[in-house]
Amino acid sequence: MSLEQFKNRNVGTQNYKTLDVGTKPEKGMAQFVQVVQRTFKGELFVGLGVTMKAMLKALFANDMATIQYPFEKLPISPRYRAIHEMLILLESGNYRCIGCGLCEKICISNCISMDTRYDEAQRKEVSEYTINFGRCIFCGYCAEVCPELAIVHGPRYENASEQRAGFSLFEDMLTPIDKLNLQQEYDGFGAVSPNADENIKQTPLAY
Amino acid sequence: MSEVQTVDNMITIKIDGTEFKVKEGEFILNAARANDVFIPAICYLTRCSPTLACRICLVEADGKQVYACNAKVKEGMDVTTDTPNILEERRAIMEVYDVNHPLQCGVCDKSGECELQNYTLELAVDSQSYMIPDTKRETVNWSSVLHYDPGLCIVCERCTTVCKDMIGDSAITTVKRGGAELDKGYKATMPKDAYSMWNKLQKSVIAPSNGTEFTNCSDCGECIAVCPVGALVSRDFVYTSNAWDLKRIPAVAAHSSDGAQIYYEVKPTSIENRADKIFRITNEWSYVSLDGSARFAYDFENANVSKDEAAFSAALEAFKKAETLRFNSMITNEEAMMLQTLKEKTGLKLYNPEVRAFQKFLAHYEAASGNSLWTTDTDAMMKKSDFVISIGAALRNDSPALKHAFNNVQKLNKGAGLYFHPVGDTLIPGFGKNVEIFNHKVGLEEAALYLVLDLFADKDKLPSDVKEYIESFKKSETKTIKEKEVKTVKEMVLNEETGEEEEVSKKVTEMVEKEITVMTNGLVDLLGGDASKFDDVFAKMMKKKESFSMMLGEDLYFHDKAENIAKLVALVEATCDITVVMTPPKSNALGVALICDLDDDASGYTVGYNENGDFKLSALGIGDLDMPAMNQQEGTLTNIGKRVLPTNAALEYAGYELNDLMKALVGAPEETIDWTAMLPVDRGFKAVEFDSLPNAFTNQGVDNRGYTLETNNVEADLPEVEKFDESLVLEGEIAYRCNPARQFNDFTDKSHEIFETFALYASVEKAETLGDKVEVVFENGSITLDVVADEKILGDIVKVPDFRAAEDVYGLFGESRYQIVTLRKV
Repeated sequence: MSLEQFKNRNVGTQNYKTLDVGTKPEKGMAQFVQVVQRTFKGELFVGLGVTMKAMLKALFANDMATIQYPFEKLPISPRYRAIHEMLILLESGNYRCIGCGLCEKICISNCISMDTRYDEAQRKEVSEYTINFGRCIFCGYCAEVCPELAIVHGPRYENASEQRAGFSLFEDMLTPIDKLNLQQEYDGFGAVSPNADENIKQTPLAY
Repeated sequence: MSEVQTVDNMITIKIDGTEFKVKEGEFILNAARANDVFIPAICYLTRCSPTLACRICLVEADGKQVYACNAKVKEGMDVTTDTPNILEERRAIMEVYDVNHPLQCGVCDKSGECELQNYTLELAVDSQSYMIPDTKRETVNWSSVLHYDPGLCIVCERCTTVCKDMIGDSAITTVKRGGAELDKGYKATMPKDAYSMWNKLQKSVIAPSNGTEFTNCSDCGECIAVCPVGALVSRDFVYTSNAWDLKRIPAVAAHSSDGAQIYYEVKPTSIENRADKIFRITNEWSYVSLDGSARFAYDFENANVSKDEAAFSAALEAFKKAETLRFNSMITNEEAMMLQTLKEKTGLKLYNPEVRAFQKFLAHYEAASGNSLWTTDTDAMMKKSDFVISIGAALRNDSPALKHAFNNVQKLNKGAGLYFHPVGDTLIPGFGKNVEIFNHKVGLEEAALYLVLDLFADKDKLPSDVKEYIESFKKSETKTIKEKEVKTVKEMVLNEETGEEEEVSKKVTEMVEKEITVMTNGLVDLLGGDASKFDDVFAKMMKKKESFSMMLGEDLYFHDKAENIAKLVALVEATCDITVVMTPPKSNALGVALICDLDDDASGYTVGYNENGDFKLSALGIGDLDMPAMNQQEGTLTNIGKRVLPTNAALEYAGYELNDLMKALVGAPEETIDWTAMLPVDRGFKAVEFDSLPNAFTNQGVDNRGYTLETNNVEADLPEVEKFDESLVLEGEIAYRCNPARQFNDFTDKSHEIFETFALYASVEKAETLGDKVEVVFENGSITLDVVADEKILGDIVKVPDFRAAEDVYGLFGESRYQIVTLRKV
């Protein structure tokens, strides 16, 4: 194996690069001229005209382009990729996640992490699971790679928060057991294709 | 590697049309691997005998189908690896392996590094043609570390093979599974090899060979390492991590002097604690085998340490006051070099009883033989030797690498062996039929060497006084023995039909007394052998033997007559065709012995480094100033193979290191590893930067880690050896300073997967007479220990471990490894 990584002992120093963003005018007069030029460009009135047209339409023709968010919300496509949900098995109430770690591996922003253990029933148990939504880019790879359809993207897209890092734990994402009847089988990103059965070769079984 | 690839042992073969130079007598598979040609193989293990369980390495050699793992190369051989028939067989074999194999790759610990997965994909098995009812097989724990899931097992027998051929425990074996019979129809329709492979697979499963549910083995975990699937996993590791999540840190096993190659495999501890944790240890199992301490003693790090400035200045004060620094062999070459520099600059005494005796022994040996170090290593021994002699080493406990080599020579090289040791070990006879064991009395190690001289020396080369001395033990006796003799007797018998008398010859066996002269070797009797039988046994052992080696252990260094023993060893080397290897007692003892000028005693204010002292530097987290443990620092270690091996830091360490103390005391370079190039060249080290040291094995299995110490061999006169003194033999209650297998020091003791306790180990019979707890009274002190019965010990000698530095067992034993003691029940 390559030993290169063990030869860098400057742990913690990173390489920052500055972008070329041009120079800012330094003198007061030059700055003033820049502001006046930007303010009185004709484009301002083009924009105001568009707004005026839309206002008149809404007032007199009852033709609204917007809805009353947050009191109203637009319907969302099942393929939309918002905050993750962890589904559970309808029959037993156990969670579907088997702790295979594929979502953790495939995650390109490296925001999924899980702890697993050997439980009393000799099975692999997911003892904790977390997604850092501050880093998640909602690419949907986790849902696509999941062999059990356990992790899916839900429709909850409001994820503004006060902190950059926002962690969700397993319990936050699992379907609550009392709302099991509301859990819907996911047919969005990563779901089994409708003709999946036709693509499978049958394996001979002795029983 | 000592075996030089000369032109005359290389031959040319053709694999798939390309010509390759390969070593004569090599298996086709190994020859292909050495030349980077891929032939699929599941059950074959390099360095072990072929099992022919998987049959997937099928190739065509000179038009005939053979198994690459057990067919040897011949000059001009033409090998084809993929004829249509072979491809069909392979595909069928992989399909069979996939029959009823649980589809639980999602949770399986092996997923991602599983050979069944790999070959199924490699051979593009995308459908299944065979079926059979499955058998219920329950998951079992074989020991405190072994976890076996027979459902996942493909019975490739790699685990049983490595346990038998390499480790020597033979603790597991194949047993009957009780599965369904194969449908007879398959015999006609299936490829032939696939059918017979399946027929065998369907009948077997792995189980402990002692017939119980639990293995009684050394818990080395090598079976886990070689398992191609997830059937064998360490109990501690089950379902805790996926293979691909772990980062591999190349390192050296820190505890025994084997210096085995290991990888620390780390990943963040948990979701809450993102600091790295070592989850397991893996190794390049094709080329190196680990013992239990190397595999399971890994979590000995000094955790949560920060820079404690008060402690640091206290340490500086202590060093200024100190007269002596006491340390052990759990130290890198670089640190040893620092201590030596400190000694040179400040006159500090260096006290290390663990290594001092070994260092003296090496000096005696060098003076007598002219060789600066021993002449062979375990790798060379396993490759070449067919006769090994072990003297003064408790193989199972002291040096796992020597134990593996001793066993491997018996199993693979059709070898023979002589084992001299006062403590009986039930494991040794199992190594091979041709192993003779001498459980001699304590103090007769010299006699053993004289016997070796008698048996192997070129008598013309031996000095005449030695020759006479050896001859003086031989007695010729006249014995009367009874022997069967067949005689032909002629008789006259009346033939009833004709009524005439006829002469008939009959054969009659009679017992006849005969007088014969027997030469008996008094040395054999003295060493506890049976002289009357030994000659025949030895003659059988010597049949077709060509390459001889001798292993020497710690008993000889801690011996009143160590100097004479070293001379005898030199004499053996000079007059017999025997190469020698010595076990450095523990960890980096050889490095310390070469680098440091050690003193014979401690005096005044003492700083202890992982040892007792007035001020304690400790990597165990129990001292006055914290130090990094071996898995937290980089540096080099010197091992039994005379190699200087680089090891890397697996875990973070934020505290002070020895180098920081050196900087403040006498000035030192920036990093610890800057010392690597400063190691003493006149002792065989090379002025090489740490970062330029390689750390890998080549495909031929050549150890290419670090570098080999330069050794010089000067012609020396034959040493003058003394006779041995039978009156020095110890009689009575004897204690032997010996650790249980897997325990070497405080660090193995700290590790959570090592369970052997600090106690008195005795044979089962002896333990019964001792009760639960005893006080072991030495001349200069006593120690109270629990009694543990060890089924593998034979005889009356009890073992007192020394792995806890705080107990100062070295102080109790002094210069000898055996002491007469009084055992008092408590």
